Amino acid sequence: MNNEDQYVVKARHPFAEAFEMFSKNIAAVIALIILFLIILVAIFGPTLYPVDPFDMVWMPFSPPGEEGFIFGTDYLGRDLVAMIIHGARVSIIIGVSAAFVTVFIGVSVGAMAGFYRGWVEEVLMRITEFFQVLPTLLFAMVIVALFGASLTMITIAIGAVSWTAVARITRAEFLRIRELEYVTASRASGANNFILMFGIILPNALPPIIVQAALMVGSAILFEAGLSFLGLTDPNVVSWGQVIGSNRSYLLDAGFTVTIPGAAIFITVLCISLVGDGLNDALNPKLRQR
Amino acid sequence: MTEPLLSVQNLRIELNTRDGVAPVIDDFSFDLFPGEAISFVGESGCGKSMTALGIMGLLPDGVGKIASGSINFAGEDLATADDKRLRNIRGNEISMIFQEPMTSLNPVYTIGEQIAEVLRAHQGLSRQASWSKAIELLDAVRIPNPQARVSDYPFQMSGGQRQRVMIAIALACEPKILIADEPTTALDVTVQAQIFDLLNDLRKQTGTAIILITHDMGAVAEMAERMIVMYAGRKVEEGPVQQVIDNAGHPYTQGLISCVPHILEKLTTERQTLQEVPGIVPSLRDFGKDQCLFATRCKYVSEKCNNVRPTEIEFESSQTVACWHTERKQ
Amino acid sequence: MSSIKTPLLTVENLGVRFPIKSNMFFKQKTYLYAVDDVSFEIQRGETLAIVGESGSGKTTAALATARLVTAYSGNITLDNTDMLQIQKEKLRQARTKVQFIFQDPYSSLNPRLRAEEIVKEPLNSLTKFSSKKKQTLVDELFKAVGLRPEQQRLFPHQFSGGQRQRIGIARALATQPELIICDEPVSALDVAVQAQILNLLRELQSKYELTYLFISHDLGVVQHMCDHIAVMYMGKIVEYADRLSLFNSPLHPYTSALLSAIPSVDKKRRENTKRILIPGDPPDPINPPLGCRFANRCPVAQDICFKEEPLLNQIKSGQKVACHLVDKEAKSPLSNLD
Repeated sequence: MNNEDQYVVKARHPFAEAFEMFSKNIAAVIALIILFLIILVAIFGPTLYPVDPFDMVWMPFSPPGEEGFIFGTDYLGRDLVAMIIHGARVSIIIGVSAAFVTVFIGVSVGAMAGFYRGWVEEVLMRITEFFQVLPTLLFAMVIVALFGASLTMITIAIGAVSWTAVARITRAEFLRIRELEYVTASRASGANNFILMFGIILPNALPPIIVQAALMVGSAILFEAGLSFLGLTDPNVVSWGQVIGSNRSYLLDAGFTVTIPGAAIFITVLCISLVGDGLNDALNPKLRQR
Repeated sequence: MTEPLLSVQNLRIELNTRDGVAPVIDDFSFDLFPGEAISFVGESGCGKSMTALGIMGLLPDGVGKIASGSINFAGEDLATADDKRLRNIRGNEISMIFQEPMTSLNPVYTIGEQIAEVLRAHQGLSRQASWSKAIELLDAVRIPNPQARVSDYPFQMSGGQRQRVMIAIALACEPKILIADEPTTALDVTVQAQIFDLLNDLRKQTGTAIILITHDMGAVAEMAERMIVMYAGRKVEEGPVQQVIDNAGHPYTQGLISCVPHILEKLTTERQTLQEVPGIVPSLRDFGKDQCLFATRCKYVSEKCNNVRPTEIEFESSQTVACWHTERKQ
Repeated sequence: MSSIKTPLLTVENLGVRFPIKSNMFFKQKTYLYAVDDVSFEIQRGETLAIVGESGSGKTTAALATARLVTAYSGNITLDNTDMLQIQKEKLRQARTKVQFIFQDPYSSLNPRLRAEEIVKEPLNSLTKFSSKKKQTLVDELFKAVGLRPEQQRLFPHQFSGGQRQRIGIARALATQPELIICDEPVSALDVAVQAQILNLLRELQSKYELTYLFISHDLGVVQHMCDHIAVMYMGKIVEYADRLSLFNSPLHPYTSALLSAIPSVDKKRRENTKRILIPGDPPDPINPPLGCRFANRCPVAQDICFKEEPLLNQIKSGQKVACHLVDKEAKSPLSNLD
């Protein structure tokens, strides 16, 4: 073992390489920075710009830039800047929570189906297919209509229709990993099923799940925007989709009331997609050099 | 004194790695004569497969390239040939078979189609003619009942049969050289014996030269007339197979031979001592240095070994060794 | 094969089968019998090798012996414990005595755990040792397998293939087992590294008084490492002998063919050993033939071979064969070929 001494290395977690690869993706890094700024705006915005988005501050449809209102005012004379800032909060909260609910349901279903196989898998997969086939928007609308349009219900509704993709990915990863020798080795070392599923297989199944979760945030935001555009929104909060929805009749006269929140949604979701893509490239082993 | 069929001179192949450019093949030269069977022997990472890919022009784009040196075949230099010419040669004048018969065949086409495709592309045969030739080739590689099996898909065949199909595809256009890259490593030993037997017979019938790439000294002894031992991208020893086995000049070659438990003709209660070669092969970033790359693992190492790359010296008749200490004997 | 001492491990009539999934709604009737009525024993401190090609069932037999795969029939007795009946606590205790070394150094280590955590895993699940004791054991084990203490914190991908296999060996030694099942432990390694690992395994065997069940397809390695050998073909043992008998006077035609197929650097052996080529492929494992499973490829098969299955019979002390054509004088049926 004499010449092995030259290679004194320090411990390097498998994720370290992924992190390095991600940092080389300029688009993803810029997108991440922008997202970070949006989050800062969501957290500190209302404190730094203490205008109530529901307050009428000026006359309606004041164009952007006039009278000190950078984004102008909407059809009720409310400050669009305040509406965008508060909307950011709602979007991020719903985006992240809905993604969380989605991942929670999806991973549980997928893990059990992929690990136990047999009739458990059959039953769970049929349930998954059922939910996959449901028209998502309509189903979400039904839930919200039945249980009320609060932020919680909207989050649950989005989660309830979106979990199937995560379930499928999780199941596929479990099917692959459970055949690998280190899982058998852990069984030989005495691990029980619970530890095998969540302590050993799941941590190794994370990469594609993480990517999907990131993209879920984006699609949850879009979903929420769609619901609030249709009016199925919590009336106590301001959301971007709601701003677009309530101002849509004035698209031709005061287009800025629609395009500004629209642009906000667009930029946020675009950045999330770029970060998700970057994560995919970084975590996908096929692209890595040996 | 015949002309060599293939003459590689001072070949240098570079790979792009995270730490820069590394010479995975470093100033490598050899000759191959018509109808000869030679073998590249070495462990993984020594560059033997890279040499074959370099000859065929199949180095992964953007990752590896031929930096310098020449590959002279039939009067032209393949190192500088254009893509069109290389495609012309591949499968036609120089063929290659790979290690994994499971994945080297396209699963959605029948084996007949895959053989016929090569014949149509290089020899311009008609559909009919190429199909019957395919059946003939399956017979030549000893697949029983070729008329029926020619319409089979790869998944309907065993590993050994798939490798025979690969050989049929490779030999379809009667190439001058067949490169076999670890052709039997993924197969059972009884199937391996069948494949070696087949290759030897085909070589006698068609006069194709064979380059066998392997890490198994036993396979070299069965198949090849001359062997080239490679280490860290360099040639360390070359010579007639049995001569090198009986009297290896380079410590690495000796190590390779004596570290494998061999089945002797008559077994006794005594067990062989397996000579370990201590340490591990150097990593890619250490390739190309002007010193002997085996020095850190060698028991005969001296000052010179650490500072100057050994040149190839004539050890015995037609056997060369790249070592500063060939004068020491067992 | 019998001796005064009781063997450490006795396996009798072991059978492992896998259902061939037809349809969820119909009762499955078809099985693949991967291991069919296999019996063997290992004395303490010795090494038994099970050799065979792909599809022989050797790996399945090994997994069943360690209870990593369910056997549907047979008995496995380890040191007076019936391995197949015990559950829960007793099973955990038994697992400390039987450990496994896997074939592929690249997939047998959890990529997200550090080397020391991998070696500690069996200690965490199967013992109640204190952290201090576990760490001391890990330190000792790393030393015993030739790794350095500062390598404990590294992740698997930072090691070479041979080093990873050392980690796997350290993990197998953690609970101080009596029996270690080695499933092709060196097949995925380069030859120079193979020698290091084989020497290490032998060193550890004498140091810790271990008993090995050694699974391999490589007869060269087997001949070096083992005391007794069982040759498997399509789920059955066809020959079971001590080392010298098997290699110097193989009786079963399959064993002879296997030995003759190995390419050799020994010129004398190449010249003197007649290559017995067995044609074709093994028959369909789902519908094995009635008689001898090797009959359709055997160079000397007779009528009886296709009709009746041969049983494993003791021909002479130290050698058992399952072949109709091995005569009483213990001559191989192939010796009648020219």
